[in-house]
Amino acid sequence: MNFPEELWYTKSHEWIRMQEDGSAQIGLTDYAQHELGDLVFVNLPAVGDVLAAGKTFADVESVKAVSDVFSPVTARVAAVHEELADAPADINNAPYEAWLVRVENITAHEELLNAADYEAYTKTCAAE
Amino acid sequence: MEKEGLLKTPLYEEHVRSGGKMMPFAGWLLPVQYEAGVLAEHMAVRNKCGLFDVSHMGEILCQGKDALANLNRLLTNDYTSLADGQARYSPMCNAQGGVIDDLIVYKAGDGDYFIVVNAANKDKDFAWMCSQAQGDVAFSDRSADIAQLALQGPAAPDIISRLVAAESIPAAYYSCRFNVQMDGVPAMISRTGYTGEDGFEIYLAAGDAPRIWNRLLAVGKEYGLCPCGLGARDTLRLEAAMPLYGHEMDEEVSPLAAGLKMFVKMDKSDFIGKAALAAGTLTEKRVGLQVTGRGIVREQQDVYSGDRRVGRTTSGTYAPFLQQAVAMARVQADAVTVGDRLTVDVRGRRVAVEVVKLPFYKR
Repeated sequence: MNFPEELWYTKSHEWIRMQEDGSAQIGLTDYAQHELGDLVFVNLPAVGDVLAAGKTFADVESVKAVSDVFSPVTARVAAVHEELADAPADINNAPYEAWLVRVENITAHEELLNAADYEAYTKTCAAE
Repeated sequence: MEKEGLLKTPLYEEHVRSGGKMMPFAGWLLPVQYEAGVLAEHMAVRNKCGLFDVSHMGEILCQGKDALANLNRLLTNDYTSLADGQARYSPMCNAQGGVIDDLIVYKAGDGDYFIVVNAANKDKDFAWMCSQAQGDVAFSDRSADIAQLALQGPAAPDIISRLVAAESIPAAYYSCRFNVQMDGVPAMISRTGYTGEDGFEIYLAAGDAPRIWNRLLAVGKEYGLCPCGLGARDTLRLEAAMPLYGHEMDEEVSPLAAGLKMFVKMDKSDFIGKAALAAGTLTEKRVGLQVTGRGIVREQQDVYSGDRRVGRTTSGTYAPFLQQAVAMARVQADAVTVGDRLTVDVRGRRVAVEVVKLPFYKR
């Protein structure tokens, strides 16, 4: 299981990559894609949408079920990863490259964990 | 995950050891998938072969001089012409014409039948059969003693021939062989399945299951055999448009509305539910939907023709072989035809679908 050091993580298993220009990319963690199984559909927001920290902004579907994706931050959608619509399996194969949205104007954020704390957290999830 | 009171099949340890992701189903702990994943497992069955643990299913014997008469009374299909070593599918109805379960009957000999029922309905079915028994017949629930494996895919005949003598392998679809030797243990083998592929369902003594499971995986490896879970079992049966109890039919739904007319013999002298089915008017039917818009249609979603609600989906998923989303729905019979372009309400969003002929996939 992969937990890149430079990213921040949520307890709902999203990652956020802060960029130098103040924008950020958001995606699903390796733990999330492994739990979800083969993804076959992804439903993304539109450029210009405003996301609210802790609220759902997208959903992904595995063969069996739909799962909501929660935003780590309050921000505006600057770009949407359109190619994912045709290749949802990219989220399974390369979760840290398969960003869902890039956001800007971040004004608030949920509780964010560093890689070590998130990894420890995933171990408590598995124990349930 | 609620683990209390969940039953384990004889193969539980094998699943855990093989990396099975265990989940509760019908009161049992079964693998929804292994490490390969649902898509890979589904494609293995379509292209090579898959092995399923279906030991949770129920097995009920129906024996006695009046066994045939009882079967013909309990079930909508006609078993009069069923030969030794032959199998036949039927719904089982209540007096209102609703479906109690769907099942398969295997004939071992005159007055000697083996019935396989859905896991979720096993106790209900057994109690019903016993309560409706007439004359010289005895029903016995053998489920706890019997394990069932399903070997499904084009390579299944080659694989099974490594453990079973050629003359003991059932040749025709829906035929079966009782009391054959499988790698040294007794088994019943039928040429049946729930995937739309060629294959076998294998019935063994529970204690023999782990060894045979491992032997099949060992000899099957060179043919591409892989273990498959419930996730693939559902995508396979839905692609092949096979009904699932609790979805396409239940106690409130007649077999005719569920698209099972060919298994209902209205010219039989009598059966439980016949009067209700004869008296009722058929207003609903089962159709297939292919998703043409963006999204995956699931069960229990409303189907619209324009602004008019015409029915509800009963099953839906992404179909891995077809690489598109498909669904089955129960709709107003006179409002919908093959070729119609409809929409389905998927969590508040209307997704475009087209009505297609069933099955979606045929081997």
